[in-house]
Amino acid sequence: MKKAALGLAAALTLALAGGAGAQGYPTKPITMIVPFAAGGPTDIIARMVSENMSKTLGQQIVIENVAGAGGTTGITRALTAAPDGYTIAMGHLGTFSAAPATYPNLKYDPIDGLQAIGLAGGTPILIVARKNLDATDLKGFVAAVKASPDKFNEAHAGVGSVSWTTCTLLKGQLGVPKLNSVAYRGTGPALNDLVSGQIDFMCDQIVSVAEQVKAGTIKAYAIASAERSPALPDVPTTKEAGLPEYQIEAWNGIVAPKGTPKEAVDKLVAALDKALNDENTKKRLMDLGTVIPTAAERTPEGFAALIKRDAEKLSPALKAAPK
Amino acid sequence: MTEMFANLGLGFGIALTLKNIALCFVGCLVGTLVGVLPGVGPVATIAMLLPITFGLDPVGALIMLAGIYYGAQYGGSTTAILVNIPGEATAVVTTLDGHQMAKQGRAGVALGTAAIGSFVAGCFATLIIAALGAPLTRLALLFGPAEYFSLMVMGLCFAVVLARGSILKAFCMIMLGLLLSTVGTDLETGQERMTFGFPPLADGVDFAVLAMGVFGFAEVLRNLENPEARDVVRSKIGRLLPDWNDIKQSTAPVLRGTFIGGILGILPGNGAVLGPFASYTLEKKIAKDPSRFGKGAIEGVAGPESANNAGAQTAFIPLLTLGIPPNAVMALMVGAMTIHGIIPGPQVMTKNPDLFWGMIASMWIGNLMLLVINLPLVGLWVKLLQVPYRLMFPAILIFCSIGIYSVNNQPVDVIFTALFGLFGYLLIKLGFEPAPMLLGFVLGKLMEEKLRQALIISRGSFMTFIERPISAGLLVVAVAILVIALLPSMSKKRDEVFTE
Repeated sequence: MKKAALGLAAALTLALAGGAGAQGYPTKPITMIVPFAAGGPTDIIARMVSENMSKTLGQQIVIENVAGAGGTTGITRALTAAPDGYTIAMGHLGTFSAAPATYPNLKYDPIDGLQAIGLAGGTPILIVARKNLDATDLKGFVAAVKASPDKFNEAHAGVGSVSWTTCTLLKGQLGVPKLNSVAYRGTGPALNDLVSGQIDFMCDQIVSVAEQVKAGTIKAYAIASAERSPALPDVPTTKEAGLPEYQIEAWNGIVAPKGTPKEAVDKLVAALDKALNDENTKKRLMDLGTVIPTAAERTPEGFAALIKRDAEKLSPALKAAPK
Repeated sequence: MTEMFANLGLGFGIALTLKNIALCFVGCLVGTLVGVLPGVGPVATIAMLLPITFGLDPVGALIMLAGIYYGAQYGGSTTAILVNIPGEATAVVTTLDGHQMAKQGRAGVALGTAAIGSFVAGCFATLIIAALGAPLTRLALLFGPAEYFSLMVMGLCFAVVLARGSILKAFCMIMLGLLLSTVGTDLETGQERMTFGFPPLADGVDFAVLAMGVFGFAEVLRNLENPEARDVVRSKIGRLLPDWNDIKQSTAPVLRGTFIGGILGILPGNGAVLGPFASYTLEKKIAKDPSRFGKGAIEGVAGPESANNAGAQTAFIPLLTLGIPPNAVMALMVGAMTIHGIIPGPQVMTKNPDLFWGMIASMWIGNLMLLVINLPLVGLWVKLLQVPYRLMFPAILIFCSIGIYSVNNQPVDVIFTALFGLFGYLLIKLGFEPAPMLLGFVLGKLMEEKLRQALIISRGSFMTFIERPISAGLLVVAVAILVIALLPSMSKKRDEVFTE
């Protein structure tokens, strides 16, 4: 009800302002749509970053969770909102780079149909397996999978999820696109069955699996980033472990509807940059295993380029995936 | 054993600080209130309140959030008993006998029994978590997709017993529930099913939308049709608290319910949902006079309510010992822990003993608080029934609508609820029971998911359900339930069980 009242207030203010644009932006609270359930990895990053951005902007950023259809429902709503800088969204690899290949009826164009603000954080992807799987390292695992792909089961959190997207890329690169894949409702249940040994392997974000790897309930073959993660310093990168072409990160970034006034965009970009320089916010993000974006990635141009690059990287594997 | 008491001592030392007691109280109170509001579930509430906990220390924040969770489970039964609206899947069975008791002027007794039963269950569950949390974790890991599917099959057999009228009609409603559960995006392939290309259906039908519609809205329509009958209900208030006879009747159901609910609560993938249904089935089966059920039998409130609360507590076991959330609320707790810099994993118990034992101790304190909050409130809730219905029904509709909107922030959900309300009214007119449909709906999703996972893993071999001992055992029980219900020699008894 509070949100509805807020929305009503926002609409009234907008009507009264008579489209005065972003003069003195921001003059009222900003809605950030998170297209996933509260408490998930994207939601957590959104809440951490927006808390600091609110201080800089002098107006509260209100998180609104609009879940559905792999995050595309929420992003669609954000991108069709009035481009006045008061509706923005936090999406991820899946909603921007993978969605065009995954959802044929997608209602937005992540390359040309939005105003990128900047990258908020990158989350490394790990290849993890049940603890008693024979292969001891990535090379052994790759050889075993290639030799008899029909002996393996891979788990993911549903078509369109980060784990599905990144593992589909892996299977595409290994030349085993038809390897048995088992869908779960969310990473939690999938991880449960990996720990209990019902399934053989999965690809997932470091924040979900790091503690399990440390406890030895599952094992990690490699991290698909350029560098090792301080959270799991013993896990080699895919480059070190012999699969250099498998490089993918589950990043989260902020976008606004296309046509958002430049003043609003500039202020949002500056606020994001300041949040990512804030020691406290940075530490909390890094505790999650998040990689803090470089100065270039925090800009609209840098983020737009990343969306495009990963879309091109993922598209062939996702389109070839059996659906 | 001494170690456990030392640990519990540590836990109570943390939970009994003034600040944590206050946080626990606030959590339980807020939880109770949102639980009473139809449709505003714990998931939406915890999500909304998550940012408020930023300023707290992790233990305090989690104590409060946990309080909201089991407080909401508690409050949900109040709405189920008073106005026949189950806010959560676990409260569906409470409407069966709880609301009937209210109609007979025994609303206070029903609410009191639910509160006391939940308290007893909560105390036992807390002890179970403290003593056996770690070993019981293994149970969660024994249940793979095949076992889980067989458990769901067993659950569906319970649904037949839930029926109050014709067994054929109950069967039809279960099938309808299963069918409704298949609407939406196919989990394995991402293909849309039965959505008619209509985007809001892409994620299927939400439980709250369906339950608020066929129970809440439809109930309002039915009452409006016949306002005089409603007034008769209001005039009788009766005793507020259960008497000695009521307590004697509910003791055994409470203990059985606690056991069943506690075990099912540990299972991954929301096994806790089955707890109240299983408890109700058991009570009805072993009762001397099963025909009392559905007409206000106190066992039908005491057992399921205890099972519900025990399950809500033991659902913390996989989260605290494995770091794996078994359901949506627990996934949210993972988020809360992560925000506070504690990444859940198998080592929480050793790395953060203050958090682990502090939370367990706070659960017991929380249960005591819920009793303290709820028993005095019983009088207030019962008085609510005296509010003239012309004032009551708009309030029910408004709160339902707010609750439904808050789940996904989607206006279309409210419209869907209204449509399901009309549909539910039609069902009432035709003499169909909505409860078996809701059970079919809840189990359908899990059942399909687990069936397909099991078959993909077994490369399409159905033998997997029989080859795995636990799965086979569960199927045998399922068959046994059906055989007992359908054997011709038992037909006389069956008539007693299934017809009013």
